[in-house]
Amino acid sequence: MNNIVVLPLFIPLFFGAFLFFIRHRLRLQQWIAGAAALASLGASLVLIGQIAEDGIQVLHMGGWEAPYGIPLVADMLAAILAAVASIVTFACLLFTFHFIGDERKSHFVYPLMLILLSGVNGSFLTGDIFNLFVFFEVMLLSSYVLLSLGGSRVQLRETIKYMIINIVASSLFVIAIAYLYSITGTLNIAHIAERVLESGQDGLTTTVSLLLLTVFGLKAGLFLFYWLPGSYSAPPAPVAALFAALLTKVGVYAIIRMFTLVFTQQPQITHNVILVLAALTMILGAIGAIAYWRIKQILAYNVIISIGFILFGVGVATETGLTGSVYYLVHDMIAKALIFILGGAIVAIAGTDKLREISGLIRYRPILGWLFFLSALALAGVPPLSGFIGKLLILQGGIQANHYVLAAVSLLTSLMVLYSVIKIFINSFWGETLLSEGEQKSSGRGTLLPSFLLAALVIALGIGAGSFMPYVEQAVEPLVNPQIYIDAVLY
Amino acid sequence: METVMTIVAGTLFTSGVYLILSKTLLRIVMGLSLFTHGVHIMLMSINGLKRGAAPLLDEEAASYTDPVPQALILTSIVISFSLTAFSLVLAYRTYKEHGTDDVEQLRGQEHE
Repeated sequence: MNNIVVLPLFIPLFFGAFLFFIRHRLRLQQWIAGAAALASLGASLVLIGQIAEDGIQVLHMGGWEAPYGIPLVADMLAAILAAVASIVTFACLLFTFHFIGDERKSHFVYPLMLILLSGVNGSFLTGDIFNLFVFFEVMLLSSYVLLSLGGSRVQLRETIKYMIINIVASSLFVIAIAYLYSITGTLNIAHIAERVLESGQDGLTTTVSLLLLTVFGLKAGLFLFYWLPGSYSAPPAPVAALFAALLTKVGVYAIIRMFTLVFTQQPQITHNVILVLAALTMILGAIGAIAYWRIKQILAYNVIISIGFILFGVGVATETGLTGSVYYLVHDMIAKALIFILGGAIVAIAGTDKLREISGLIRYRPILGWLFFLSALALAGVPPLSGFIGKLLILQGGIQANHYVLAAVSLLTSLMVLYSVIKIFINSFWGETLLSEGEQKSSGRGTLLPSFLLAALVIALGIGAGSFMPYVEQAVEPLVNPQIYIDAVLY
Repeated sequence: METVMTIVAGTLFTSGVYLILSKTLLRIVMGLSLFTHGVHIMLMSINGLKRGAAPLLDEEAASYTDPVPQALILTSIVISFSLTAFSLVLAYRTYKEHGTDDVEQLRGQEHE
């Protein structure tokens, strides 16, 4: 029993609810929202420290022991992801301070961003599959509102599509939970895992696992990503950065959790399906990233590529592959937030996201330009930066498990990623300067602080990989050996 | 009784999917609503409908129906209720802004 486990989701929820009452006091809202994100980060860091000392921390809500009550389970993976989610939210909050107008701020952007963070952290920390559904809905409901807030034609159009897809996916999720409950008679994830382990994974359970894969795939953008480029390019840049960093990653986390803990006995079906989908996701995402000449579209397709890449490591399911996936997941949350913030700033300064109409920004915005170059290299996985180690380990795992074709595909798509982001860099920063200082649509003020914060993390995760690695290894232990997780929750 | 409820759930799924695949926004919202209700009824009948008395924990507890699915449905109903409310508002606003409720007209990638 450890009450700190609840804090990363309780703090943002409480302060998010509180901010609704001080709607018109914008400055106070900003302070409180930033403080809440930092407090949530602090709680996650304390949690990481405790897990490193004493192993997985469990909180049985209301004192009802598992499997009867609803537990919150903080293993290292969940705690690390909650910490990173809090940092990313904090950076996006900093970005909003100057970037979005007062009207939007007074229409509940801050409370909604905090409640989104609460839903994300809750999804990471919960140990109950129905509770996972509830936190998904908390996250999705606030994302619907954030996406449509402002009510421009594009936003409304994309919100409708996004919402319909997600409501259908959530209904399928409830169906899958219902089947799983009738098969195993429990909702506690660890208990489900134990019962599936005892009775064996029969055809029906495997079918349910594929239904769950469909649901999480829809949320994560694994192959079923057709809604993603439209809806991620509609909202204002800070919200888009938050979505790109957090929303799809929750789906990835759910896939990692379910397919390393519960559905482990039929890898020739489930994990092969994941591998095929990962390959298709990478290929289609790469085609999209190359084909478009709009900054927002290119960045959105880059989100899709990285999802495919992370799930390549999950599908391989060896210790090396999973370590790579976890490392790359952490890297990707930070790097995607960074590049979306920078991309959003470029679009705001130039007043358009059409690459052919932007040119020569480096003359007035040198720091922005070099930060963008840095994050482009980080995304592609160039050595001193954080993307490299994750990529290396995933590829190593894949080659050890003889998935040569997939390894080739992922190397090729890495090149495409590099090409697509460098294309943005060259076209928007090099060349003849079209805009004079006065003609710029926006000053892009307030971009640099959050960007420096995230860029520092990207560099630190790359150079300081040695000191971060033990934590990742501890996060991977329960993934490779599910019994650790089961014992921690049930006994 | 479970058989009848299963058929009801199936009917709701069918009509829900039919409505979601139609082109009018309001029909799609209705379809989503019916679809989620189909899920709820399926969830309820999958673990058996009510037998005996209320499922309190005593010596006869084994003869009663498992109450957990019903608790789940309650949560799910609340969520689907709020989603339906929000999607109705969103559909209305979209209709006002775009001047159409035909999803064919809401296609495209243009970002004005």
